[in-house]
Amino acid sequence: MTFHSILFDGAETSTAIDERDAPACFADLNLEQVIDAITAGKEEYNLKPFFHAPLTTVDAITYRHEVLRDLEGDAVFGYITAFAQEMRAMRDHLAQADRLRYKYQKQGWFLDAVAIYCEAVGRLAHDLNLGDIRSRGLLAFREYLTNYAESDSFKSLVAETTQLEADLSGVRYCLNIKGNSVKVTAYDSEADYSAEVERTFAKFKQGAVKDYRVGFPGGPDMNHVEARALDLVTRLSPDIFLALNEYCERQREYLDGALGTFDREVHFYVAYREYVDLFKPAGLPFCYPRVSDRSKEVYAREAFDVALANKLVRKNASVVCNDWYLKNPERIFTVSGPNQGGKTTFARTFGQLHYLASLGCPVPGREAQLFLFDRLFTHFEKEEDLTNLSGKLEDDLMRIHEILERATGNSLVIMNESFTSTTLRDALFLGKKVLEQIVQLDLLCVYVTFVDELANLGETTVSMTSTVEPENPAVRTYKVVRRAADGLAYAAAIAEKYGLTYEGLRGRIAA
Amino acid sequence: MKAFLMHKDRDFDLQRELPTNEGALTQDLELNTLFAAMARGDEFLFEMAKRAVLSSLDDPEAIVYRQQVVRDCLEQPSIVREIYDVAVEALEAEKKIFFGSFSLHYPNAILHRAVAVLELLVGALKRLRQIADEHAREFQSEGFTELFEMITGELGDEYLHTVEDHLRELGFRRGVLISAELGKGNKGTNYLLRRPINTKLGWRERIASFGRSSGYSFQIADRDEAGARALSQLRDRGINLVANAAAQSTDHILSFFSMLRAELAFYAGCLNLHEQLAEKGEPTCFPIPSAPGKLALAVEGLYDACLALELQETVVGNDVSADEKVLVMITGANQGGKSTFLRGLGLAQLMMQCGMFVAAESFRANPCDGVFTHFKREEDVTMKSGKLDEELSRMSDIVNELTPNCILLCNESFAATNEREGSEIARQIIRALLDSGIKVFFVTHMFDLAHGFYVQRMDAALFLRAEREPDGRRTFRLVEGEPLPTSYGEDVYRRVFGPAGQATPAATSGVGMDAPAAGESRRDAVR
Repeated sequence: MTFHSILFDGAETSTAIDERDAPACFADLNLEQVIDAITAGKEEYNLKPFFHAPLTTVDAITYRHEVLRDLEGDAVFGYITAFAQEMRAMRDHLAQADRLRYKYQKQGWFLDAVAIYCEAVGRLAHDLNLGDIRSRGLLAFREYLTNYAESDSFKSLVAETTQLEADLSGVRYCLNIKGNSVKVTAYDSEADYSAEVERTFAKFKQGAVKDYRVGFPGGPDMNHVEARALDLVTRLSPDIFLALNEYCERQREYLDGALGTFDREVHFYVAYREYVDLFKPAGLPFCYPRVSDRSKEVYAREAFDVALANKLVRKNASVVCNDWYLKNPERIFTVSGPNQGGKTTFARTFGQLHYLASLGCPVPGREAQLFLFDRLFTHFEKEEDLTNLSGKLEDDLMRIHEILERATGNSLVIMNESFTSTTLRDALFLGKKVLEQIVQLDLLCVYVTFVDELANLGETTVSMTSTVEPENPAVRTYKVVRRAADGLAYAAAIAEKYGLTYEGLRGRIAA
Repeated sequence: MKAFLMHKDRDFDLQRELPTNEGALTQDLELNTLFAAMARGDEFLFEMAKRAVLSSLDDPEAIVYRQQVVRDCLEQPSIVREIYDVAVEALEAEKKIFFGSFSLHYPNAILHRAVAVLELLVGALKRLRQIADEHAREFQSEGFTELFEMITGELGDEYLHTVEDHLRELGFRRGVLISAELGKGNKGTNYLLRRPINTKLGWRERIASFGRSSGYSFQIADRDEAGARALSQLRDRGINLVANAAAQSTDHILSFFSMLRAELAFYAGCLNLHEQLAEKGEPTCFPIPSAPGKLALAVEGLYDACLALELQETVVGNDVSADEKVLVMITGANQGGKSTFLRGLGLAQLMMQCGMFVAAESFRANPCDGVFTHFKREEDVTMKSGKLDEELSRMSDIVNELTPNCILLCNESFAATNEREGSEIARQIIRALLDSGIKVFFVTHMFDLAHGFYVQRMDAALFLRAEREPDGRRTFRLVEGEPLPTSYGEDVYRRVFGPAGQATPAATSGVGMDAPAAGESRRDAVR
């Protein structure tokens, strides 16, 4: 009986995943920050490679959705995180055993590590059988775990560990300290003298009084006096310590490989769920997107830039969500409008949703249908460099050329303010040329531009514009709406404020 | 071990919050004069007097319990003060045993100090025991009898020997025996101090048996300083609990002494007050708290103790018989002793309910659930709202706290407005309070108000009037009588302005002129 992986169904491969670096689009889409935030505090699991590997089939995505839905229930999630905590405690114990110097102390920590492991395995096997589990991934894991927990080798490991723990905790001895000499003897039921003193004075007890007990440094280390005393204690009970020694030799390889892998991989889900929970208090929704590898009709309701939202939520600032859709034959969002109005954020949101969906994760938004891309290309403007204008334009074009060379009909392209380093005329010309190619390739695309004329290039493009607040045009709303780019958004807002819009004037004149 | 002098079955509660109307009561009844007399300059006595007087008892049995203790104190003042001194000396001596702040970090130091303090406290306990042995028979009250019985019972010779044995044992001249178990990573834990077996043997046997018991030993080398520190820490772990037990025991004994001191402080205050009143020849009596559930009030020679303390002369007492009365309305001559009576009454009620004697020849009343005062106040310049506003708001605060079986003392309430309005406001309030089971004493000049109640001929209402001789002289006595349409403000006017004042006829209602400074009016209330 084997168990493959909680992250990949049989068809997908998990091999060589650890060698993956962040995809090129990470910086532009601020996904670096997102993944950093998700994996923060979970470095020991080395989760980032999993976030660097988009899935390639809809079924692989469904496999993860299933597991995630199982983990939505607090019960199952609790079982898994409790197991993880115990496994972590176990690793801490092993590490501690490594660090320590005295033999019997190392062995004690090792024994505890195994005891924690036995307990964790037993508990998880028990718990998972209580849980409402439907995903293929967790069902297979449960079956594996149940078999393992009932295997003879595991059972005897448990029995032996329990026995040794009991034996050791039964050891009692006395120290007689006088001057600089210490005598170690077996405990002989001598009376508890503190209790005796306490009893003598008990009649004076009034109310609660101060606690005079002194806290001692509780570190795991022993000083040489304690170590010498322990050596003498082992001579008082030689059998127990002999057994311990032999056990430690024999059980070196107690840990089951598949369980170790599971413990690591399942944190992909744990981390993501914890990340999603950060946004709940702010009322920001996440949803399981419908993902298709055929239909390029996409839409999202109340989608938001999760990297930005993470910063805003910390400051208790509100987060603007956007709705968008593309219906056949629409493929391209051209985004224009006032600066600082949310255009780039819109582009990033579109990219983030698609990328996170390709990981099999819920996406930031109320509802979404997304396309399973084969590649995601971004072209965001780099730092402006005035000394090298022509060089920058050339560089831009080279990069775009390369993207278009490599893109297939199933690729996603997100371009942000390209060609700002040339004249408007040139920008219009170049933009048109590039968009024509994009249309030809039938690519899904977001094209952020300051050139209004590029917004309406036919039935495949949809114009989205950033908006301002009608009452106070200086205030950006960060809403990006489906609206013709007429370059008049700002003017319209000003006009409305003074009642000078068409309707406003009509109404006033009529009066 | 508990002193239980204030309550039969519990400590005097030093943490209990004083009633929210503490400020008003203190001001209106001039309680600070009372506390000061009880304290005789001792701040602690002042605080305890205040706490006791303001934390009323409502159970007649509890009241009588304290009364008996007070009687014993009056009989044996010097012995009571001696016990008080033992407590004070024990508490003060402890403060002088100082081991430096570092001592709190090391069980060994904690233990040393605790043993030193315990030795001292045991000395104080022995003195208590001696007083009990010699004088217990001279006390009759349940409180003192139990206290002395407890002292002789709990602090028997054998017990005191055991304690002294422990104090010697805790010097650990024979080394420290500690039991331990194996904890995390087989590191020793649960260090517990043990009493060595054979401790009762002589030293010869002990040495012999020590040698026989099996075990393994090691020694820390003389130059191994780290080892010496580690060993002393190990020893400290072992004596941690016993150090704690000893230190806590000192705290417990100290808190026994502080409770003894706090409880005796109240009685010392009673002694002080009694001596001062007796010096002046003012009568005092132990009041009779009547059974709850039935309104009772019967007094003879009731006077205001605070006034008596301030004046050279003796003061006028009043007799009132007001059993089953829910409303006592007091009208009559200005400066005729109305306010003084009201104060005296409130004071006596509080003194009765804390177990003291009262300033009267006889006093019987039912304990109430709380005494509240609503006295006319001098205009407060800082007050932004009007005077009537202030009065109403103060009344509203009081009402927040009122429960059935409370007593409300009103002194010229709602005189801040005209009589008709004031009467109407007061009438509604009084009606509501009476119907809610609250007893009201109302001093007023408002004829409309007083007369309005009078004509109803309520059985449960009593009308008192400040007496005035036909020649206008005040007797400062209250007599039962119908409210009159004048308060004789004219008399006052005449006295102030002299006979020439007659040229300006005074109004029949003296409201407008009846605002002499409190001290002035009170000085007049002299026999």
